[in-house]
Amino acid sequence: MAKIGEKAQVSMPSDREVLVRRAFAAPRALVWKAHVTPALMQRWMLGPPGWTMPVCEMDVRVGGAYRYRWRSIEDGKEFGFHGTFTDVVEAAKLAHTEFYDPGDVGGDMGEGADIVLTFEDIDGGTLLTSRMDFKTQAARDAAVSTGMTDGMEMSYATLDDELRR
Amino acid sequence: MNASSRLDAAFAALADPTRRAILARLASGEASVAELAAPFDISQPAISKHLKMLERAGLISVGQDAQRRPRRVEADALQEAAAWIERFREAVEANYQRLDALLEVMQRAATPRRAAGAKKRARRKKKPS
Repeated sequence: MAKIGEKAQVSMPSDREVLVRRAFAAPRALVWKAHVTPALMQRWMLGPPGWTMPVCEMDVRVGGAYRYRWRSIEDGKEFGFHGTFTDVVEAAKLAHTEFYDPGDVGGDMGEGADIVLTFEDIDGGTLLTSRMDFKTQAARDAAVSTGMTDGMEMSYATLDDELRR
Repeated sequence: MNASSRLDAAFAALADPTRRAILARLASGEASVAELAAPFDISQPAISKHLKMLERAGLISVGQDAQRRPRRVEADALQEAAAWIERFREAVEANYQRLDALLEVMQRAATPRRAAGAKKRARRKKKPS
């Protein structure tokens, strides 16, 4: 179980899912707020150095849409995600679909993923659990291998080259 | 097999709890198919199937002894798959460390301390956005 001060825990509970657990030293209401407020999201959900998040639109209610877009400072390349919120329980649960927009970065993430974030009280703060279901094993492995998930990791898209050395 | 599909095969192989248990067993030394099957409540052919997947993913190999054909773990390949998951974790963690810092700022703003009003107003003014 993730404890405050520990790094994020990543596991693969099934062959099509990725599970991330992370504890925060802040009340649930605040961790929630940082996940549903575009101006706040744009301050932390940035991935590796050199990327900004110029577009973050969210209509946080069941059936509401969202659209995220990241841009490389170096070459202006963009990619993004869009989807629909499927379950919204204030300060407790946020579920949404996730479809990849390759923009000018390229790549493919299959038929899209289902993401479920849960927010739970723990001693001294909040436990955030992020369960990502990529529907197929191939899509999960592709997403994990390129890092194109919420924890986006564009700098590792070159992993192939690195491993080939 | 290129690096990417090799990695995919490794993730697929690692996704199954029985295969992870086999790897854990092999980490403590090589073992024959019969020895590997013993602790599991499944048939030897089923174990062989798991071993084939692990072998295809390059995570295990077959040792010298032609009679026993012991399986042993390929530490480098296992390390490579584990290293990828570690990088993914670091990337997620980078976002979450920024979130830690943001939550701290939010918490300070939510609980203004005595006589902090003036300072806070000044700080707010200085903020670029």
